Amino acid sequence: MSTTNPFEDVSDLDRKRTIGRVFVALCIASTMVGIVALVTLLADVIYESWGWLSLEFLTYPPSRFPESYLPGGRGAGIYPALVGSIFLIALTALFTVFLGVGAAIYLEEYAPDTRTTSLIEANIANLAGVPSIVYGLLGLAVFVRFARMGQSLLAGALTLTLLILPIVIVAAQEALRAVPDSQREAAYGVGATKWEVIRDVVLPAALPGIMTGTILSLSRAIGETAPILMVGAATSMFVAPDSLLGPFAAMPMQIFDWARLPQAEFQHVAAAGIVVLLTVLLAMNAVAIYIRYRFEADLP
Amino acid sequence: MSGTDLTRSATGVGGRTDSLVRYVFFACAALSVLTTVGIIVVLLEGSVEFFRTVSVFEFLTGTEWSPLIEPVSYGVLPLVWGTLVITVGSALIALPVGTATAIYLSEYANPGVRSVVKPILEVLAGIPTIVYGFFALSFITPQLQRVLPWEVGTFNAAAGAIVVGVMIIPMVSSLSEDAMHAVPDELREGAYGLGATRYEVSTDVVLPAAVSGILASYVLALSRAIGETMAVTLAAGMAPQFTTSPLEPIQTMTAYMVQIGISDVSVGSIGYQSLFAVGLTLFVMTFSMNVASIWIRSRYREEYR
Repeated sequence: MSTTNPFEDVSDLDRKRTIGRVFVALCIASTMVGIVALVTLLADVIYESWGWLSLEFLTYPPSRFPESYLPGGRGAGIYPALVGSIFLIALTALFTVFLGVGAAIYLEEYAPDTRTTSLIEANIANLAGVPSIVYGLLGLAVFVRFARMGQSLLAGALTLTLLILPIVIVAAQEALRAVPDSQREAAYGVGATKWEVIRDVVLPAALPGIMTGTILSLSRAIGETAPILMVGAATSMFVAPDSLLGPFAAMPMQIFDWARLPQAEFQHVAAAGIVVLLTVLLAMNAVAIYIRYRFEADLP
Repeated sequence: MSGTDLTRSATGVGGRTDSLVRYVFFACAALSVLTTVGIIVVLLEGSVEFFRTVSVFEFLTGTEWSPLIEPVSYGVLPLVWGTLVITVGSALIALPVGTATAIYLSEYANPGVRSVVKPILEVLAGIPTIVYGFFALSFITPQLQRVLPWEVGTFNAAAGAIVVGVMIIPMVSSLSEDAMHAVPDELREGAYGLGATRYEVSTDVVLPAAVSGILASYVLALSRAIGETMAVTLAAGMAPQFTTSPLEPIQTMTAYMVQIGISDVSVGSIGYQSLFAVGLTLFVMTFSMNVASIWIRSRYREEYR
């Protein structure tokens, strides 16, 4: 047996070092791809919208004439869609909070460890992977047609509710799971019933987590175009929606409508709409992060 | 919770409220099952109507999709082809870039960099897809037209594939990074002890150990690309055709559904019914991929304790 010095072949080590350096460089470059894409996207949107975003843009209905959107024009903008989106999200929030938290409470606090329960949980995981346009078809067939709601605000909100429900349920489950069992047991110890424990102990403690999860899901819903397009969001609304069963406009749908118009000016109008949409999204995310930051420190 | 249930409700003291509340919450959870059932029933019912007029064979093997313009033809393959072009194209971008990003974040980056970069990448996933569509139209396509020597259409598959690829990078990188992060340090230290370099540890130890999570993330990301709607509609156009050139317009299944959604096709017409047949095809594809992703994760998972 000959003894070879493993460190003798320095050139091999050098080669490995070079490979390692190239590899790290590739990995860093790949990481930069995502970051650069994000920066480019935001810069492009802001650049395209420059000069087209004004106060009038927020307070006037859309127009077929691109020059109306310019400062000094007759005034045109995103107002009905902005208000429509806010109504849509408020309604969706109302439905998802009740249904999502209710489902999460059942799964975390009540559900026996049976096949039915694991079926429900597997089903929720699968629902999260269904394309949003399929939810649009569901809303079209069930709410718009079968329940005769028509192409209404209510039908849109219910469709978005079903879309984000799986995400809200999972987020609420995590928040409920984070409440320590010792708190539940202490409440049982002083004679509380299960419902009293949930209402007075578990829910208040889990509320910040639930709210954060819900707001983040809602911020996904507000940007969704495909489901409300299938349900039939309007693109030529000149007033804010005024009834649950009336027609509605929404920001992503309005942006889609602008983006596919042939006149080059409407690209700028679409960009201005996107800036408004992203600002609302940013505000919602900021609130969610604030709630997490402000209240989560209080949990034991 | 386990053990003997000593709560008052178990002894009947809780009263009616307690059992009522339980049923209300159960109904909320059952709604999710009802949603799945609803999706399947709606898609099947509409498809059955559609297949009364068009044979399943014609639908699945026809190579011409022209549901609204005479002579009508209902072969879904051009739409499936369009979806495939976008999916493969976006995978070519997102899988290598996402995996390399995950390796960097998990194996090389210091915690400070990681805690900044990861949320930034996740912002990419939070941007509405309509914004990506706009980005493709207003930036990617003009750049392609400027750089490439060939003719590039206003609507082209390449721009669609690029933006969808960027969109799903965070899915791949985030889930893969979680999988790599879960590989215990003992494995890395063992390899270092044998004289392995960092590169060898990353590619020969961590990658194989995390392969189930990485593959699962790939399948999930592809499923997302298949179902992606607004970005491909805006970027890749509405021309159902077989073309191998990524610089020509195509139409995906989802883009066709949008086309019907924004046109005033009357309810009950064959065009309306075709929505559900295409929707069912899409649902079957994404559903089987999601199931495959779960299967891969459980089948190939390495358990570390």
